[in-house]
Amino acid sequence: MRGAAAGNKLAGSVAMWIYIARRLAWLPFLLLAVSAVTFALGRFGPGDPVVVMLGSRYTEETGSRLREQLGLNRNLAVQYGDYMWGFVRGDFGESLRFRGRQVRELIAPKMWVSAQLSAAALVISIGIGLPLGFYLATRQGHWIDPAAVAAALFAMSVPVMVTAPGLLWIGCLKLGWVPCSGWGGFFDTRIIIPAIVLGVPGIAGMTRLMRASTLDVLGQDFVRTARAKGLSEWSVSSRHVFQNAMLPVVTILAFAAAGLIGGAFITETILGIPGIGRFAVDSIFDRDYPVIMAITLVGALAFVLANLLADLSYAFVDPRIRFR
Amino acid sequence: MATEAATGLPDSRRSAAGSGHLSRALRRLVRKKIAVACIVVLVIVYACGIFAEWISPYGYNEQDYTAILDAPDAGHWAGTDRTGRDVLTRTLWGVQNTVILTAVAMLTGGIVLGVSLGLVSGYLGGRADAVIMRTGEVFASFPDILLVIILAATLRPRILDAVRWLEDNSALDGLVRTGVVDYFVVSVALVAFGWVGMARLVRAQVLSLRETDHVAAARAIGASTRRILFVHLLPNSMSVIVVTVTMGMGALTGTEIVLSWLGLGIQPPRPSLGTMLLTAGNIGTLRTAPWQLLAPGAAAFLMVVAWNLLGDALGDVLNPRTR
Repeated sequence: MRGAAAGNKLAGSVAMWIYIARRLAWLPFLLLAVSAVTFALGRFGPGDPVVVMLGSRYTEETGSRLREQLGLNRNLAVQYGDYMWGFVRGDFGESLRFRGRQVRELIAPKMWVSAQLSAAALVISIGIGLPLGFYLATRQGHWIDPAAVAAALFAMSVPVMVTAPGLLWIGCLKLGWVPCSGWGGFFDTRIIIPAIVLGVPGIAGMTRLMRASTLDVLGQDFVRTARAKGLSEWSVSSRHVFQNAMLPVVTILAFAAAGLIGGAFITETILGIPGIGRFAVDSIFDRDYPVIMAITLVGALAFVLANLLADLSYAFVDPRIRFR
Repeated sequence: MATEAATGLPDSRRSAAGSGHLSRALRRLVRKKIAVACIVVLVIVYACGIFAEWISPYGYNEQDYTAILDAPDAGHWAGTDRTGRDVLTRTLWGVQNTVILTAVAMLTGGIVLGVSLGLVSGYLGGRADAVIMRTGEVFASFPDILLVIILAATLRPRILDAVRWLEDNSALDGLVRTGVVDYFVVSVALVAFGWVGMARLVRAQVLSLRETDHVAAARAIGASTRRILFVHLLPNSMSVIVVTVTMGMGALTGTEIVLSWLGLGIQPPRPSLGTMLLTAGNIGTLRTAPWQLLAPGAAAFLMVVAWNLLGDALGDVLNPRTR
């Protein structure tokens, strides 16, 4: 592949499509494996969901009746097959904890909450990370460059179990600027603390990526040409360097899309946000298998697709990468 | 760290390229002030954890009913908790748990499992490679640390049952009380999370090394596969391994703390950083005793930040392209 197709654009794009097709064809098997692992772990785990659901009303008789009703008394392989057939058709089953509620209805609004939160966090990561990375690249060799990168890594390393309560203490208890807990949508003050908690760690990655990418562009011939023909430093920076340096950074947005679904287990729990991360943790402890399965599978699907998208955009940006 | 890795093999066996590269990298690393600072911090924090039994001022379950929720003072440097236990003492013991768990998980998952699977996968290729990498892909497809949480949540009670059965039916006694089961469960869950990245990076390194002349020469003179793997490929992959271990330790430490925060780690009354942060981060505790967050928070932060910064510096030093 490498020798023959090098420089041949047409062959390159055919190779890319074959690569995409192969990755997509592998996707169902991957998800099948992920679902099988989750299913097996869920059933291997302790506690009988029927006991949890019935609570004090549990007797031998009511238990077996409910088990039959839910189909939990069938062969495991049959249950799994049944579940996956439903999943393919978009039917994620019924929640065990919330009787009579469809899993899909339950998780959709929670995903929407987490998506808004992730978007707000992303605004912070990008809004600070991009300009900072660009600025640092133009100051290479100056003390501010390693110092700022270290500072961003510092900020990334504070565990959220420390930042979330710390910010709560300052913002809510000391200054009284925001309510201590809860959720009111994207344009509510209560989004500020979780957005900072989730967004600040992302600054480090964004800064480093943008810095590396800008340095790469700064070394290119066309930048020297632009300077040589007498363009002002401002127009070289903004038109030639910044725009080109942005390209690889766009790829990280694909990962952000996966983060939208993944949610944030800890942050959402501490700050009382009804998102998918908190719901996932609750469901694991309550042994609500259908919900755990649905969240894991949807999350895995988003994650895998985002990975593929990121790989593709790297190659799109850097023609030296070849598909094999 | 790097010296240890380089001298892991007897001198005669060490491949010239690998050790020269590493010792040069080590010299460059020592010139980086931030890397040296990180190593110092790690040594201090880890020593505090390992020697918690001797340096902590109180017992981790020792209650002082005259000092409930005390602010930091001369007697209790980091204050006391709701039941009058010394927060500093509990933090030191919590650090010990984190140190043990992350070290075990890194040794078994990252180093033994990850490196050997990466070597085999890269060198043998073919079906072994496909099976190993596809399995890794499945593990890596779980969103975030969901797999670790599910594993810890489902394994614990089953393993507890098994160990209780063992205690009832054998002369062994008190296994559950020692907390061995907790350590085991958390380690297994962390291992599942830790091996994939290492295996992938080692594999990539081996794939490029496999084609080099010295490996071809070794094969030509009839060296066994095992000899090629451990004498020629492993030493030359050391820089990748060292960077991956350093960078991975920060993430592993964070994950361990998340697990114990969720109640899936070391069980009370044994202290763990996660459970301490959980109680300290509660809004009620924040109102009355916000300083409780300081000691465990600082310990967790120092461990994670030192590994991350060190990993970053090592990456700079060992990666020829960014130099």
